[in-house]
Amino acid sequence: MLAFILRRLGQATLVIGAMIVIVFFGVNVIGDPVYMLISPEMDQNAIEATKVALGLDKPIWEQFVYFVSGAVQGDLGRSFVHGEPAIKLILSRMPATMELALVALLMAIVIGLPLGVYAGLNPESRISKAIMAISILGFSLPTFWVGLMLIMFFSVMLGWLPATGRGDVVRVLGIETSLLSWQGWTFIALPALNLALLKISLVIRLARAGTREAALMDYVKFARAKGLAQSRIVGVHIMKNIMIPIVTVLGLEFGSLVAFSVVTETIFAWPGMGKLLLEAIQRLDRPVIVAYVMVVVVLFVVINLMVDVLYSILDPRVRLTEAKA
Amino acid sequence: MLTRRSLIAAAGALALPGQACAQDQPDLRIGLAFEPSSVDPHFHNTTPNKSLARSVFEPLVFQDERQAVRPGLATGWRLIDPLTWEFVLRPGVRWHDGAAFGADDVLFTFERAPAVPRSPSSFAGFITGKTVEKVDDLTIRVRTAEPYPQMPIDLSTFGIVPASTRGATSDDYNTGKAAIGTGPFRFGEFVRGDRTLLLRNEDYWGGLPPWRRVLMRVLRSDPTRVASLLAGDVDLIETVPTADLARLRGDQRFSVTSIISNRVIYLAMDQFRDESPFIRGPAGETVRNPLKDVRVRRALSHAINRQALVDRAMEGDARPASQFLDASFFGASTTLGIPAFDAGLARRLLAEAGFPNGFRLKMHGPQGRYANDTKLIEAIAQMFTRIGIQTEIETLPPAIFFTRGSTGGPGNTPEFSMIMAGWGSAAGEMSDPLRNLAATFDATAGRGSSNRGRYANPAVDAAINTALATIDDTARSAGLARAMEQVADDMGIIPVLYPLNTWAARRGLGIAARSDEYTLPFHVTRQS
Amino acid sequence: MTDAAINAAEAALPAIPKEESPFTRFRKAFVEDKVAVAGLILFLIIVSLALLAPWITPQNPYDLRSVDIMDSRLPPGATMGEGFTSWLGTDGVGRDLYSGILYGLRISLMVGVLSGIIAASVGMAVGLTAAYAGGRVETVLMRIVDLQLSLPAVLIALILVAALGKGVDKIIFALVVVQWAYYARTVRGTALVERRKEYVEAAQSLGLSNARVVFRHIMPNCLAPVIVIITVQTAHAIALEATLSFLGVGLPQTEPSLGVLIANGFQYMLSGKYWISVFPGLALLLTIVSINLMGDRIRDVLNPRLEK
Repeated sequence: MLAFILRRLGQATLVIGAMIVIVFFGVNVIGDPVYMLISPEMDQNAIEATKVALGLDKPIWEQFVYFVSGAVQGDLGRSFVHGEPAIKLILSRMPATMELALVALLMAIVIGLPLGVYAGLNPESRISKAIMAISILGFSLPTFWVGLMLIMFFSVMLGWLPATGRGDVVRVLGIETSLLSWQGWTFIALPALNLALLKISLVIRLARAGTREAALMDYVKFARAKGLAQSRIVGVHIMKNIMIPIVTVLGLEFGSLVAFSVVTETIFAWPGMGKLLLEAIQRLDRPVIVAYVMVVVVLFVVINLMVDVLYSILDPRVRLTEAKA
Repeated sequence: MLTRRSLIAAAGALALPGQACAQDQPDLRIGLAFEPSSVDPHFHNTTPNKSLARSVFEPLVFQDERQAVRPGLATGWRLIDPLTWEFVLRPGVRWHDGAAFGADDVLFTFERAPAVPRSPSSFAGFITGKTVEKVDDLTIRVRTAEPYPQMPIDLSTFGIVPASTRGATSDDYNTGKAAIGTGPFRFGEFVRGDRTLLLRNEDYWGGLPPWRRVLMRVLRSDPTRVASLLAGDVDLIETVPTADLARLRGDQRFSVTSIISNRVIYLAMDQFRDESPFIRGPAGETVRNPLKDVRVRRALSHAINRQALVDRAMEGDARPASQFLDASFFGASTTLGIPAFDAGLARRLLAEAGFPNGFRLKMHGPQGRYANDTKLIEAIAQMFTRIGIQTEIETLPPAIFFTRGSTGGPGNTPEFSMIMAGWGSAAGEMSDPLRNLAATFDATAGRGSSNRGRYANPAVDAAINTALATIDDTARSAGLARAMEQVADDMGIIPVLYPLNTWAARRGLGIAARSDEYTLPFHVTRQS
Repeated sequence: MTDAAINAAEAALPAIPKEESPFTRFRKAFVEDKVAVAGLILFLIIVSLALLAPWITPQNPYDLRSVDIMDSRLPPGATMGEGFTSWLGTDGVGRDLYSGILYGLRISLMVGVLSGIIAASVGMAVGLTAAYAGGRVETVLMRIVDLQLSLPAVLIALILVAALGKGVDKIIFALVVVQWAYYARTVRGTALVERRKEYVEAAQSLGLSNARVVFRHIMPNCLAPVIVIITVQTAHAIALEATLSFLGVGLPQTEPSLGVLIANGFQYMLSGKYWISVFPGLALLLTIVSINLMGDRIRDVLNPRLEK
């Protein structure tokens, strides 16, 4: 188990290293951040002064060596734009993104699971067909387009929910959250729904497939024959069969939720780290992009590890080895 | 089961009483288009930062809505000799922590502002070369080596901070620890990339603003910002996208205010290479650089239907341009007319210059830097194509565009043959664009730093230099105007249009629109 | 992630049984589902419209001579300066949306299909190599695949494009990078199964070369799952390109794909000029839906586990 975890961490370090080299040199090739930072009425001397202040006057490989030696000591550099340590910037935005992704995940299960199980139990009914059609739509609609449609409909036309932002946050154990007030929930509802849409479709499909498969299994047939109530069959026997894949997939999809929050956060002005990344990309704020990559890769490795470990607990047949096939 | 447990947790969370109390609610909520990167007034010389800082920290000299200088923390100023300015400070002003404002604070600011560590764009340019001394608690003198008529303008660009905060870092400003100013608002809270809260300074020397708590939220995406206003999430938004102007103007619930900006959208043309990298003959052959010929440059200017650009691409939210700043600004020419749209004339000029069949041109521009920038460049390319110049365009992300456009060519020269770009004059007067856009490029002298076509005319340089050293305002203004007229005669740079700065608010609110794009909450008033 | 997790998530895709003519069987099963047939017809219509664009549109939206700013923001049904009617209206620079959408479809489809084919080729090569070579090669290749799959596509693409710059070639490259691993994993899985089958042993004992065994015997049997993934991934790639373009890091304005058109129209969403983004949005939606409808059925057909 320990060896497994260690090997995973080693691989993650490789990924992080590769990504950082690409980002570090790539960003440098496409543009010079100075021109995004400097006030245009400043002259050449001011441009040089800024380069010196930010360490951009040195050759790129020297900057890289400097960065690596800092990174080894846990210093990922400071944002060119904000002047703050890049890692601090990202961590300060992380709770908002996590909160959004978690609520989206919750929505995916609460909405997707019942619909999927229903469609699986009654594969030929009209409602099931409608559910499946909607799930295809959910797969196909571009997130950004739906986002604005949601704002148009629920905020502008109906005026039910606020269009943008995060509302008031409450500090709990040093972490800001908006989930402890009603107002906070009104703010998170639309962006979370927007983010959840794809995953709702995914859960519907997984649940439907799992239910259909389970319904054909002997033990379910047997339970039916024994005259067990439908609710018990669904609640116990079928659920047991479909929950493992769903939990697994959603665990893995959590990472994709965090990644897709870039889009949702941009549309809903949600102050998370995805929005920060996009702004950093636009302004070539290299330290922030690099730090984001590191944080996210680490996050993913942790999530994947957790899923694997959880999985081996849920299903004892799975061993935590790097078995092939 | 994940589902059930999460649901219970969620339900429990909902049952908790809301922590925010009604009296803490902001009474003015503003949607900003651009994000300030710090509360530190000396960290980053950009419009969003300066706009935010202006509410908390005040400069010695104020700029009014159209950027004319007005008394600020200095009640008056005068020249004692050609090299020395004396500023009389405002008596009775108190810092937000209650201490009295005085000359020592100004001296401290002169020391701090140019030396903020890791400043991405320093204020040093406004301070270097000036020595400041204290005469008494309410009088200071600033000396320069050369006569320097722009002194009041320079001193309007940065806020004064108290000497008591010596040693404070930019972080101390962002957390509020050192964010002590004299302005109409005190620092409340700064959450980077999200919101800034300002609280009314109840002891303000200049009359109390009507708002107790002002919340400024960053809403960068255009439709998102408008949607927030429509949904009532904010009371006021800056930089109204032109696409939504008609709707907002037609809606009884909102009012729209605009003013001409200090910005010009212009075309810069390669005038320093004999063969230009993005220009070919009509059949793709190499040709001499046509842009070196003034007749070609004039032809291009006459090919542009500026009114059509204003009406169609900008949806009316701009004015056609004949120079670098609208005629109402200091130093602008009052005689320059808008170059006529005349495709026939343009074709004749091209033929006269030896290009009867035009040429092939690839034009570059930024994407998402100025309002409707890609639309403008596409429309301009359409117009060039109609006089026989086969124009292609390439729009680039601003970071890449400005890097390549400034130093992308061999020997760190500008890479492109023709660019569309914009210039906002923070000083609100003609000296600023003339010095940077039209003066001959000279890195050591700091002239022509944004002259990306390398237009050069010694007569223009001389006229600019003379004007910049003229103390008398009337004579200086006339001198600047003459230099501008000379540039226009050479068509060294083609001015296209001046965008308007536009704000939209819910009805009942009024805002003083500013040509420098600052959104100042104390300029927002209640209207019956 | 573990293979078990993946197997649970996505039904395994065994090869087509050898005894029947796979294509006939597939076609028969496919046409049983009316919805899938509708999807196929829709997709064929969309593809032909895109291919025929230069002959069936009144305007070449990339030719600046034929686009006039004076025609900008005209509502559907308006008459353009050049005399023809713009049935879907015009956008902010005077592009006829009908023409723009058809040309945009060409780019979107090209980006989607091309990146799919390249990714499939790369993925198949990697997958087959891994399955056939085994040992360390396999371990290393599959580790890379796992790592790649553990990071979300949108993020890798976003960062790649940020580091590479804009352009069709760069987008395709980024999309290939985020897609190839799906193919590699699936192809390897199928190839491993095939490899153990008797006919491969027989072929080997006949003294056929490795390359011949792989290309003539193993690869054809891996095609079924690859086809399933191609349909799904093409839809993904088109949507991803649109998303990147929306975020401002995708394709340049001068080569408007559907994503760019939607992003441009995005700013008109609240202004009442709905057509500028709704029509390109619908075109994108129909394209992706048609592919997904087909993909759904293809998956069902090629996955006998759900058949009763």
